[in-house]
Amino acid sequence: MTSAAGERKTIYHYSYRRSRDQDAHVPARHPVVVVGAGPVGLTAAIDLALRGVPVVLLDDSDKIGEGSRGICYAKRTLEILDRLGVGEGLVEQGVTWKLGKVFLGDDLVYSFDLLPEDGHKMPAFINLQQYYLEKALVDRALALDNIDLRWRNKVAGLEQRNDDVRLTVETPDGPYQIDADWLIAADGARSSIRDFMGLGFRGVTFEDKFLIADIRMTADFPTERRFWFDPPFHSGQSALMHRQPDNVWRIDLQLGPEADVEAEQKPERVTARLRKMLGERDFELEWVSIYRFNCRRLDRFLHGRVIFVGDSAHQVSPFGARGANSGVQDAENLGWKLAAVIAGEAGPGLLESYDLERRQAADENIAHSTRSTDFIAPHSPAEQNLRNAVLDLAPRCDFARRMVNSGRLSVATVYDTPLSTPDEESFAGSARLGAPVPDARMRKADGTNCHLVSELSDGFELLYVKNGVAPSLPDGIRLTEIGTGLLDDRGYFAARFDATPGAAYLLRPDQHLCARWRTCDAGKVRAARDRALGR
Amino acid sequence: MPTLITASQFKDPDSAYVTLIEARRGLSESEAAALDAKLVLILANHIGDPDVLKEAIALAKAGR
Repeated sequence: MTSAAGERKTIYHYSYRRSRDQDAHVPARHPVVVVGAGPVGLTAAIDLALRGVPVVLLDDSDKIGEGSRGICYAKRTLEILDRLGVGEGLVEQGVTWKLGKVFLGDDLVYSFDLLPEDGHKMPAFINLQQYYLEKALVDRALALDNIDLRWRNKVAGLEQRNDDVRLTVETPDGPYQIDADWLIAADGARSSIRDFMGLGFRGVTFEDKFLIADIRMTADFPTERRFWFDPPFHSGQSALMHRQPDNVWRIDLQLGPEADVEAEQKPERVTARLRKMLGERDFELEWVSIYRFNCRRLDRFLHGRVIFVGDSAHQVSPFGARGANSGVQDAENLGWKLAAVIAGEAGPGLLESYDLERRQAADENIAHSTRSTDFIAPHSPAEQNLRNAVLDLAPRCDFARRMVNSGRLSVATVYDTPLSTPDEESFAGSARLGAPVPDARMRKADGTNCHLVSELSDGFELLYVKNGVAPSLPDGIRLTEIGTGLLDDRGYFAARFDATPGAAYLLRPDQHLCARWRTCDAGKVRAARDRALGR
Repeated sequence: MPTLITASQFKDPDSAYVTLIEARRGLSESEAAALDAKLVLILANHIGDPDVLKEAIALAKAGR
């Protein structure tokens, strides 16, 4: 997003501390330096640290700013955050939702349920102010002694060398240099790392401007995503409303391409627009911004020893909640691969697969987000004419309702990837090769309730459906036996994995399914694991 | 390979044409454009084949 807003207020403040590296005579060398302590950089740092890789995390600021900014966190993102140790707290703190409603004028034309099935630990979505997510991740990072989080450390220069990257970092005490074997650029849509490297960031900019306001208000509106085309309170444009914790509500109003950015941000102007929507209810403005949206990405996310994650690599419009969610998913995709490379376990194809898999995800996200934005903000009167025809037909025709696009919400990408071993037999169910495994409510051996995804290890794992003696596994693959280690008395696992006795499912360290068999042996499992390590 | 049918399918082509003309008689330019947009969507869905749709668009966009 391109914001026209000014400075943000500080919500949490941290302090700069001088690092020993600033007194070093030769630049200190680190296996991984992450630039940017937003949700994506923090996720990458924590994931790597939990895998035993020490991380230096640099941020040019020393605070977490106001403004909810990202607010919708999707199921897969919550599963990742749960693995990192902060998921449950965030779900408790957030507003859980799964229903979306689309109105034309006053009339409901379309509604959707994002998680119609039972047996998942994490909800379809939570809404939560981005500063709460960042706070939880910063707390988590500070609790790990192999993350060195350095506030007010601004990267001012970068030199790509044969075996590392040399960074010049500015601090309140002046500049210093450090060397990184691997540099992760998580420095956002206006990435300075991208600029230092002179990389193009191409795509589409949408002309329409949108007002985004977070307001504090006591109201009993339902906990669902509500989107209006041409509402009576904002004629001819669109509007979006979302509930957040603390009685904060996100309201998005489309203003059209001609809107005056300065004038539209004035509190009296914003209040007048919101009055039309909210009537005489009391509300307070928390944060206001005017945006234009971009959909664009880097040609490649992997440039030698510099790896781009999140908004520095790709940008989408917000309809569909695909920004922060895809960034966190970039970080999880990269974490185990980079850890395997550093440990010398990876084949040459593994890091390359980060680039391949996450470009697939970015393209999917950009395609969805572009389609939504094209629908919400048509580029020309001729396009608007066809869009309005869809809306006009929607109340009467199913086919037109299915075309109404107010944002298709983020779900994890199914990777078409060389890391997967193609199926030899056919499988029904919702588990897909190249996708995160579906969750399932199960029981532990002692009878207590649990969820499959929370029981998984951080490494390779074989889920084996008991049928006689389990295959003996090579080192580095954990065996979980369904029927003894985990009990599927409710049948969720059987249905979602199309499980039969003796079937086995090999999971990557990021919980993605990479191979499955009706019957397997140690040789097949080893070959599939080696393949998933890019060997 | 689905193919767009361009041979005449109406028993009475003149009457089919009149039906389309009469639908827009008396409409302003923008009203007619709105009608056409809805017709395109309804008929496209009725055909339900994206390849045929693409062929039809290519034919409509091609010069004489």
